[in-house]
Amino acid sequence: MPWSQIKPDMDEPDYGRDNGLDGRRVTYAAATREALAQALSLDERVFVMGQGVDDPSGMFGASRGLHLEFGNERVFDTPLAETALTGVAVGAALAGMRPVYMHNRPDFLFLALDQLANHAAKWRFMFGGAAPSVPLVIWACIGRGWGSAAQHSQALQGIFQHIPGLKLVMPSTCHDAKGLMLAAIKDDNPVVIIDHRFNFKNKGIVPEDPYLVPLGKGIVRRPGRDVTVAAFSHLVADAYMAAEELAREDGIEVEVIDPRSIRPLDEELILGSLARTGRLVVADTGWKTGGVTAEVAALAAEKGFASLKAPVARVASPDLPTPAGYTLEAAYYVGKDQIKDAVRRVARA
Amino acid sequence: MKSETMLALYRSMLRIRRVQERIESLYLQDAMKTPVHLCIGQEAIAAGICLALEPDDSIQSNHRGHGHYLAKGGDLKAMIAELHCKATGCSGGFGGSMHLVDVAAGHLGSSSIVGGGIPIGTGIGLAMRMRRTSQVSVVFFGDGAADEGVLYESLNFAMLKRLSVIFVLEDNRWAVCSPRDSRQTGDNVFLRGADPDRLFTARLDGNDAEIVHETARAAVARGRSGAGPSLLVCDTYRIMGHAGCKAQEPSGYRDACEIDAWSDKCPVALYRAKLASRGILDEPTEAAMEATIAAEITEAFDFAAQSPLPHDGDLHKHLFSE
Repeated sequence: MPWSQIKPDMDEPDYGRDNGLDGRRVTYAAATREALAQALSLDERVFVMGQGVDDPSGMFGASRGLHLEFGNERVFDTPLAETALTGVAVGAALAGMRPVYMHNRPDFLFLALDQLANHAAKWRFMFGGAAPSVPLVIWACIGRGWGSAAQHSQALQGIFQHIPGLKLVMPSTCHDAKGLMLAAIKDDNPVVIIDHRFNFKNKGIVPEDPYLVPLGKGIVRRPGRDVTVAAFSHLVADAYMAAEELAREDGIEVEVIDPRSIRPLDEELILGSLARTGRLVVADTGWKTGGVTAEVAALAAEKGFASLKAPVARVASPDLPTPAGYTLEAAYYVGKDQIKDAVRRVARA
Repeated sequence: MKSETMLALYRSMLRIRRVQERIESLYLQDAMKTPVHLCIGQEAIAAGICLALEPDDSIQSNHRGHGHYLAKGGDLKAMIAELHCKATGCSGGFGGSMHLVDVAAGHLGSSSIVGGGIPIGTGIGLAMRMRRTSQVSVVFFGDGAADEGVLYESLNFAMLKRLSVIFVLEDNRWAVCSPRDSRQTGDNVFLRGADPDRLFTARLDGNDAEIVHETARAAVARGRSGAGPSLLVCDTYRIMGHAGCKAQEPSGYRDACEIDAWSDKCPVALYRAKLASRGILDEPTEAAMEATIAAEITEAFDFAAQSPLPHDGDLHKHLFSE
């Protein structure tokens, strides 16, 4: 399929060695799959479910073959019934299991919203802590690409960000894909992981032993003194490439930060970086209005106002559904070029 | 059926009825600052089903859940305190009347979203299967919830995996002010077409506690043996309005004759008469039962009245398990 070629397979940026990683390089899919396999091995309460989770393609490779290794009872295909099956996962979690419910596309999570927003997110609070919590992981991958159009290309993090009681994670590296998945499974609360298909085109350094990347803790991907770019998911790599080019072309030193979790949000990381640079660009694949970039910009206005030397700039998808046609699609999506433009704008302001 | 089982059934129904009546009589005083959805007329279902369960079997209830909670062994004091939104309530004043919980009694919490508990109870059944226990998971829901697609989805999954889930449809004929006939074709669609090997189905007189109990025992045995789920459609009637007390019931949406006809089929009165005619319930036994229940209810209301309210400092607790 041509859409497999819209982004070539590549090594992810090494982010300047500052992340202290060394070792074997594996694909993003292999990193995610390794997390699932290790969780299934380490904790008998863990199981993996999803429509197509035992397909030959196995969720872009993230779950490929797990059913052969761990059996059809612990890794199973589901009926096409996202509302009930999300409730089934909630019930199983309440009764002591640790389900991981995987979706090839996030669009179907709209069908699951009743159980996610009305039930999983509220269950513990609604009973004043007297009911069990819901240790549930919902994983979904944004399927951007070639003519996928309005439904199959949605970036829905803004919806989930809005709901108290859900944790929300968007990994950007192979290392974090594994560590955040293991942390999400270990967490006693409902965690939504929104992944991006572009991340799956990457290879990166991933330690073999199980490890946790704490939820709510971000990281500086590239230090810089002039402008902060807070980017999410695959836009972290775009921001990093933009920063490298801006340093060469304009002499602007961009600090790229990757909050990794949207909720809880690493406010200290964002405000700390803003305090160093005084200028902020926020980049996210979701819609602009009421979305992730709006929330981070509001954080800067509310708690980092004294640091701001220029208005915050946002790089986000326009408030439109995704078109299918490739010229329209190219006009719709944001990436490295839009980040560069935004950085130049705030650097001059 | 043994006479002590009959008396236990009657006692459970009577206790639910008397609790409801006390709530109804005091509701306009506004000490209970939460909506209530009374189940007067539907007691035989909760009592008949739950008497067939063990404490570690699980139930999923709904907004009309007082009967389920009490029949399953939920703590009365904690329930009445919750209706008063007190810190000693079963949900600490965070849940109110629609979100009762008593984990020790096998009641893992209830949803006010119509149909919301159906897949959750199914998932509890999945966990029981994966943990290789012989527990059963019961889901109570009304005919309004049977309008929801999630019932079909959950039944399909329970049949597919042969889960030990008992779906109990309390067909009380009204969803708020919408009659069943405006929402569904006469007989319930889920009773047709399912392979009896995969799903045991029965439509029964939900006002007859013995029939409900006997059918529940069969469904429980089926579940414990690993044979799979059951769907019990229990015909009954909501004597009171959708929410609040009688004085708050809007008029004009249903025929008074219909209410009278169903009041004549009161499950508590019918069973009392039946046990009396069998010589199992005599007047002294009944009087003693009434006195014990009345004292217990008074004690629960006193407990609720004297209990402290939650502190505003508690607001941010409980969102996450740390």
